[in-house]
Amino acid sequence: MKYFNEKIETMSRDEMSALQSARLVDLVKRVYENVPYYRAKMDAAGVKPSDIKGIEDIDKLPFTTKADLRANYPFGTFAVPMSEIVRVHASSGTTGKLTVVGYTARDLDDWAESAARALVMAGCTKEDIVHVSYGYGLFTGGLGLHYGSEKLGSVTIPASAGNTMRQIALLKDFGATALACTPSYAMVIGEEIAKNGLDLSEFKLKRGIFGAEPWSDDMKREIERKLGIEAFDIYGLSEISGPGVSMSCGGDWGLHVMEDFFYPEIIDPETLRPVPDKTDGELVFTTLNKQGIPLIRYRTRDISALNHDVCSHCGRTLVRMKRVSGRTDDMLIIRGVNVFPSQIESVLMNIKEIVGSHYQIIVDRVDNLDTMEIQVELVPEVFSDEVKKIEEIRRHIEHDMMGNLGVGAKITLVSPDSLPLSMGKTVRIIDKRKQ
Amino acid sequence: MLVNQIAVFLENRQGRLYTMLGALSDAGVNVESLNIADTKDFGIVRIITDDNAKAVAALSAAGFTTASTNLVGIEVDDVPGSLTSTLGMLNNEGVNLEYVYSYSRKGGKALILFKTDDVKRAEELLK
Repeated sequence: MKYFNEKIETMSRDEMSALQSARLVDLVKRVYENVPYYRAKMDAAGVKPSDIKGIEDIDKLPFTTKADLRANYPFGTFAVPMSEIVRVHASSGTTGKLTVVGYTARDLDDWAESAARALVMAGCTKEDIVHVSYGYGLFTGGLGLHYGSEKLGSVTIPASAGNTMRQIALLKDFGATALACTPSYAMVIGEEIAKNGLDLSEFKLKRGIFGAEPWSDDMKREIERKLGIEAFDIYGLSEISGPGVSMSCGGDWGLHVMEDFFYPEIIDPETLRPVPDKTDGELVFTTLNKQGIPLIRYRTRDISALNHDVCSHCGRTLVRMKRVSGRTDDMLIIRGVNVFPSQIESVLMNIKEIVGSHYQIIVDRVDNLDTMEIQVELVPEVFSDEVKKIEEIRRHIEHDMMGNLGVGAKITLVSPDSLPLSMGKTVRIIDKRKQ
Repeated sequence: MLVNQIAVFLENRQGRLYTMLGALSDAGVNVESLNIADTKDFGIVRIITDDNAKAVAALSAAGFTTASTNLVGIEVDDVPGSLTSTLGMLNNEGVNLEYVYSYSRKGGKALILFKTDDVKRAEELLK
């Protein structure tokens, strides 16, 4: 099986542009009529739906950002009545407020189709047994791959995350041929297998579909060696739908974007103008076919580049995006969860026992799992001679962090004035994963 | 009797205790008792000096966070069982102890220091 949807995946550029144009015209009409937020934004920009005649007119439309979604929390940018929505997912936003996305039945079907195409790009067929170790829940990772795998017709094992020894037993006993999880979790599984003296020949794993956090080529090679598989990069973000927005076919240039659903652009984040092919800039998506929460020119803050050449590796005509190399903001991805320093700051500001403006974040990867330490300064007046009282403050902060970020952080108390003072964009984050 | 103690916050970093003691000796302060309560991440050093006011000033100037606390001190005979009977009495009277430590002075008597949330009552009971 070479393609899941050969017609779309190998469509000529002219045919693709015609399909995208028809969908964009329809999309702009729909959001103008049904979403007050988009109508106001287009009116302010002086754009009418009739101005958009084809995909080439897309740059007349205003951008959408995460802040816009936040301002319309939770359901303000939905374009259909709630009775049409069949599922909701959410990811963390900059102020602790979640970014909420709603899907109609057709949206879920489009997403499953995208994930199914992605699985086929990694070499899966309906004969495969796909073990999904992404978390199932509000996070899109688990359910995204789950429905993609079912759509393809492969056997789907909804293992979800955690309990590594049980995962390994399942992988072995059920004879999984494909593993879908975060790259760091793939490393953990690989190490546990080695640690327990298990032989890779007892497993049938052939390929891995890994994404939701940044990883290096070195890590990719290490995972491939540890698990005896070929590793493939999958990209997605919940705002656009989830995993399967784009996928690596194993070729050496980037990931194919499911551009009939998700139209990508690369812009200069300063001038906001489009940049030429193969030039780095900020990745922007328009969800051409979405009903629940259509997004027009959504700024992902991810840095990438586009390449419209036909792929010599797999023959797909779907445009390729360069593997995301960084971000235009300071978002951190910790064990697949988006964390903004501003979120951490707002939690700290609400704790009276510490000096909220003085903090330092240290991100590392220990035993292949992301760790986050937040160093804070105790207010001198609350210092006590009793360990119990200080520990209580520390645990209270850890508890609040977990509740707000959705991922654990270790709180370390340090002496007053020992942390660097905030001076605008001070380097408060030490990301040792990049070193 | 009440004994004033200084607690000092010590982050878990090499050389912090040394720096702290250096600040005290530079100020000419003599440390009579030193006691560390430590956790995985930080420590609390509890000291009694010959001049606590001077010690606090020196430590603050060196960037240390301090807290001053009054401990109840009792002299007990340096023989088996003398601390047991005193603590037994406080226990029967429902006085709660946060922590206890001792330091020996010249002359055969041991000084027992303890932290309680009810200093007044403890003192009365020990009269």
